[in-house]
Amino acid sequence: MQAQEIEVKGIKNGILIEVKEGDWEVQERALLQHIDQNREFFEGARLVIDVGSRALKSPILASLRNALSDREIKLWGVLSSSIVTERASQDLGLVIMVDQSSPTSEKHPINTVLEGEEAVFLKRTLRSGHKIKHPGHIVILGDVNPGAEIVAGGNIIVWGRLRGVVHAGAKGDTEAVVCSLDLSPTQLRIADKISISPPRKGKPRPEIARLEDGQVTAHDWFEVH
Amino acid sequence: MSAKVITITSGKGGVGKTTAIANIGAALASKGQKVACIDADIGLRNLDVVMGLENRIVYDLVDVVEGRCRLNQAMIKDKHIPDLYLIPTAQTRDKTAVSPTDMIRLCNELRSDLDWILIDSPAGIERGFKNAIAPADEVIVITNPEVSAVRDADRIIGIVEAEEKGTPRLLINRLDTEMVKQNDMLSADDVVDLLAIHLLGIVPEDKAVIISTNKGTPIALDTNSLAGQAYHNIARRLLGENVPLLDLDKSSGFFNRISSVFGSGEK
Repeated sequence: MQAQEIEVKGIKNGILIEVKEGDWEVQERALLQHIDQNREFFEGARLVIDVGSRALKSPILASLRNALSDREIKLWGVLSSSIVTERASQDLGLVIMVDQSSPTSEKHPINTVLEGEEAVFLKRTLRSGHKIKHPGHIVILGDVNPGAEIVAGGNIIVWGRLRGVVHAGAKGDTEAVVCSLDLSPTQLRIADKISISPPRKGKPRPEIARLEDGQVTAHDWFEVH
Repeated sequence: MSAKVITITSGKGGVGKTTAIANIGAALASKGQKVACIDADIGLRNLDVVMGLENRIVYDLVDVVEGRCRLNQAMIKDKHIPDLYLIPTAQTRDKTAVSPTDMIRLCNELRSDLDWILIDSPAGIERGFKNAIAPADEVIVITNPEVSAVRDADRIIGIVEAEEKGTPRLLINRLDTEMVKQNDMLSADDVVDLLAIHLLGIVPEDKAVIISTNKGTPIALDTNSLAGQAYHNIARRLLGENVPLLDLDKSSGFFNRISSVFGSGEK
C-alpha cells in the first residue's frame, strides 16, 4: 500500500533508501514489505538508509538490522541528522557517511554556520571500535580506551584517561588543543601533525597538548595555568 | 521455572569460552540446578568434545531450527551430572544457517523447564556472535590478561551495551600470579581498571584444565584444583551468593611466602 512511497537509489557501494517522514514503525513495515516484494533485487545487497531527523536508539536499529539480515541483506549504514541516531549506528558498527553519487542536500549548509563553535558532550566510556566525529569540539566525561577514535574540528577534552587515537583541529585548525586527566593516547594529532605519547613516568597528571613551532607539545596543566 | 539465558563471549578466539561454558554448566548443575549448554559456534563444533559427549550426538541445533527434530531430541544428557544437557551445533553448516530470531525462539521454548541456559558464542563480532547474544538476558565477557584479548573484550562490551543487553560481567581466565608478580602479565586490577565492568571471577592458569578438557571431564568436578574452585565460586556468584575472590597466592605455598618475606623472592 505504501510501497510506492519508498525511494531507492543506487550509490557507489550499495543501495540507498530514504525513509519518509512519519511514524517509524509504519515506515519500517513498509520498507520491509517493499523488500519482500522485490526480493531478487535486494538479496545480498549492502543497504544504507537515510532516516532524516529521526532520533533512533540502537535497539531499534539493531532490530531493523536483524530483520534485514534474515532477508540476506546487510545493513551497512544509517544516515541521519540526529546525533542520537548517529551515535546509535556508530555503536552498532554502521557507517554514518557514504559517498552518494547524487548527494541529498540539506546536511551541508548546517556545518558551515556552526563550525567549530558547537560541542558535543558525552558522559560514558568510549571503548575499542567506537568512533566519535564532530565538526565542533568534543568533551568526554569518562575514559577513552585504546582502539577508540575521536575526530574533532575543534578542541578535545577528556575528563578521564585518554588512551585511544585523537585528532583535534581535523580540518586544519592549528590552534586546537587536547586536554586530559591522563594524556596517554595511542596517537595524538593536531591539524596535520601526528605524534605518539612518550612512555609515562610516575603518576599521571592532567595535561594539555597543543602545537608549538609545528610540534605537538604536552604540558602539565598546573605548570602552565 | 523460567531459565536465565547467559551468553559467554570474548571477541578474540582461544581465551576459554567453551571451557568456561562447560565448567560453569557443570558447577551450576552440581548445585542442583537444571542447565542446558548450547553451542552456537556453528561449523566449529567443540563444546561437545570438552564435555566428552561427542559420540552421543544424533541431532543438532540446525536440525532443531530447520524442523528435522524436536528440541528434546537434540538435548544430550551429561555423563557425569544429572540435569546437565548439551545442545550441540552442526559441524557441516555455517553461521547463516541460524538467525538471531531462531535463537530467541529456541531459548523461549527451553526456558520453561530449565534454570539456566548457557550459550557458547563463536569468536568475532559477526553473524554468529549476533546469533549468540540475541536471546541473552545477561552476557559474560571472558578475557585473558593479555593486551590483545583485553582490547577485543573492550570492543565486545561496547557492542553488547549498544544492543542494550546491559553491562556484561567480566571473567578473567588463565591468570598466572607468578607472571603478574614479575610484572610480565597484566594483573586482574589492570584489566578491570581498563574495562570498568563488574568482575564475576578469576580463573587461574592451571595445567589441570588442559588435561580435563582433553579428557572431556570438566575441571569443575575436581574441587581440589584451584581452577575447579574458581568455577564453583563463579556459579555461586551467579546464584546470587556473595563469594570473595579466591586467594590465588595460596598455590605458591607457605614456604614461598616466608622466603618472600626474607627478600629472596623467587623459588
